[in-house]
Amino acid sequence: MSSIKDKKIIVIGDRDGIPGPAIDACILAAGGQIEYSSTECFV
Amino acid sequence: MNSVILSSSYVLVHTPDMVIHNGSTQNTERVVNPDSEYLKALPQHIRSFEQAVAYAPNQVYIGNKTPNFLNSLAMPWYDKPIENADKFGRFGQIMPQDEFYLLIQACDVFDVVNLEKNFVAEILPKFKNNPLIKEDIALRVKEGKDIDFIENIVNNEHGEGLYHNNKLVGSVTRGHDVDVNLSAHVLHENLVSKASSVLSLLQLIKNANIDANDVEYVIDCSEEACGDVNQRGGGNFAKAAAEIAGLNNATGSDVRSFCAGPAHAIIMAASLVKAGTYKCVAVTAGGSTAKLGMNGKDHVKKGLPVLEDVLGGFAVLIGVNDGVHPEINLDIVGRHTVGTGSSPEAVITSLLSAPLERVGLKMTDVDKYSAEMQNPDVTKPAGAGDVPLSNFKMIAALSVKKGQIERKELPIFVEKHGMPGWAPTQGHIPSGVPYIGFAVNDILENKINRAMIIGKGSLFLGRMTNLFDGVSFIIQKNSGKKESEAISEDMVKEFIAKAMRNFAESLMGGGNYDK
Repeated sequence: MSSIKDKKIIVIGDRDGIPGPAIDACILAAGGQIEYSSTECFV
Repeated sequence: MNSVILSSSYVLVHTPDMVIHNGSTQNTERVVNPDSEYLKALPQHIRSFEQAVAYAPNQVYIGNKTPNFLNSLAMPWYDKPIENADKFGRFGQIMPQDEFYLLIQACDVFDVVNLEKNFVAEILPKFKNNPLIKEDIALRVKEGKDIDFIENIVNNEHGEGLYHNNKLVGSVTRGHDVDVNLSAHVLHENLVSKASSVLSLLQLIKNANIDANDVEYVIDCSEEACGDVNQRGGGNFAKAAAEIAGLNNATGSDVRSFCAGPAHAIIMAASLVKAGTYKCVAVTAGGSTAKLGMNGKDHVKKGLPVLEDVLGGFAVLIGVNDGVHPEINLDIVGRHTVGTGSSPEAVITSLLSAPLERVGLKMTDVDKYSAEMQNPDVTKPAGAGDVPLSNFKMIAALSVKKGQIERKELPIFVEKHGMPGWAPTQGHIPSGVPYIGFAVNDILENKINRAMIIGKGSLFLGRMTNLFDGVSFIIQKNSGKKESEAISEDMVKEFIAKAMRNFAESLMGGGNYDK
């Protein structure tokens, strides 16, 4: 899997899985750029 | 003393035409893609009332089958109807759409609901035969109007149509010419929520076998908002439903927190009773029209029936400790705080292990957990997975991390402390509360001692905060002491004062220490 460093990322989190802010934290720690982030409820 | 759960009720309303005309997925599709293949195919995927009654998860919801029954039924469940299924169950009933339209009119106090007169004449006898419908409610149903009148409201007056068997049988008039908060669409949605809440309250009074006048306070925990342009969410669904259900001695208010609403409401109700503010509090919620057919596109694409064809409703009655019914232990309340964070581990720790550890309990000390009890028959074909199973795996994983079970015991923990989901995907309806009826029975029958109800809410959907929300509470076996037998702090003070007076008098030679 290629690195996400300096990549522009769109984050769609799942309220019953991994929420957006938790994914954001991982992406920022790995040097990615978050262009859009939200958490959705699918149920 | 802890307050107790005296009774509960669970009702469903089969609404096949509302799936087509009122579900948000279908309404959105009509706007963005009115000629879509989905909308054309949808009517062929709608279930009959008999099919909805025979659907195993619905039979569990109203208490005719237990959650454990679903473990013995191979998935998918929609093609395995229950033979001789009854629309009346231990906890409640499945009401057909035609009767429900009459109940909606009975709940309308502003003359916005009009039904076609032949439809009323045909359905009224059936409505009156429903064991929950007493004369006071049946008398609220009006004779009905000509179809021309109803067609005019729907076609020329921005009204919302009520359809049955794909035929127009009624209408909801808008409440204001300009105010979108009183549009016919919003009034329809709110009246549906109110009517299904009324049905839940009527069922609750019957199940609890109490006088409706005994209820002192009602809390509505649905996900709708009623008000006008100057107070969009003014409320009060609780009092509006209590009026129709005949709870004449009750006032009430609404509690909102998306799907976490019911758990918040029950904790508040238990606190109000424990504090002595009210002796008997009902928590209630009606269903959501918007969520009907929410995952319909995936169901149709995969050749399934549209399984989200029922509105859900429930009510829970909380009262003073009678020494018998299961208690709500307010010493073990889990809470997701502003500072908790949103990682799954942080969420589950705040709601489960943290409150248990505060009183020296382990995760394994809770016999059953009830979190998101959505029916996986609905969610799996839509790609949302098995939500209850995911929750139980997370709880088991935390138990492993805490060193309370071995890693290899993880599947056993899920099986022992979890359950398959059976509740319709109606937001607040599946959120922890569907198990309360079974929990009360299981505790009274000594099958379990302790259950945890967990409510989780997606606050971010309202665009006011990115925060998640959740609270949890414990239902436990009654200690056996009644409220009247408990010794109050004032009584203890009085005993001590009397003893000290006697002791002082004895020192002074009064010799009446034993008096």
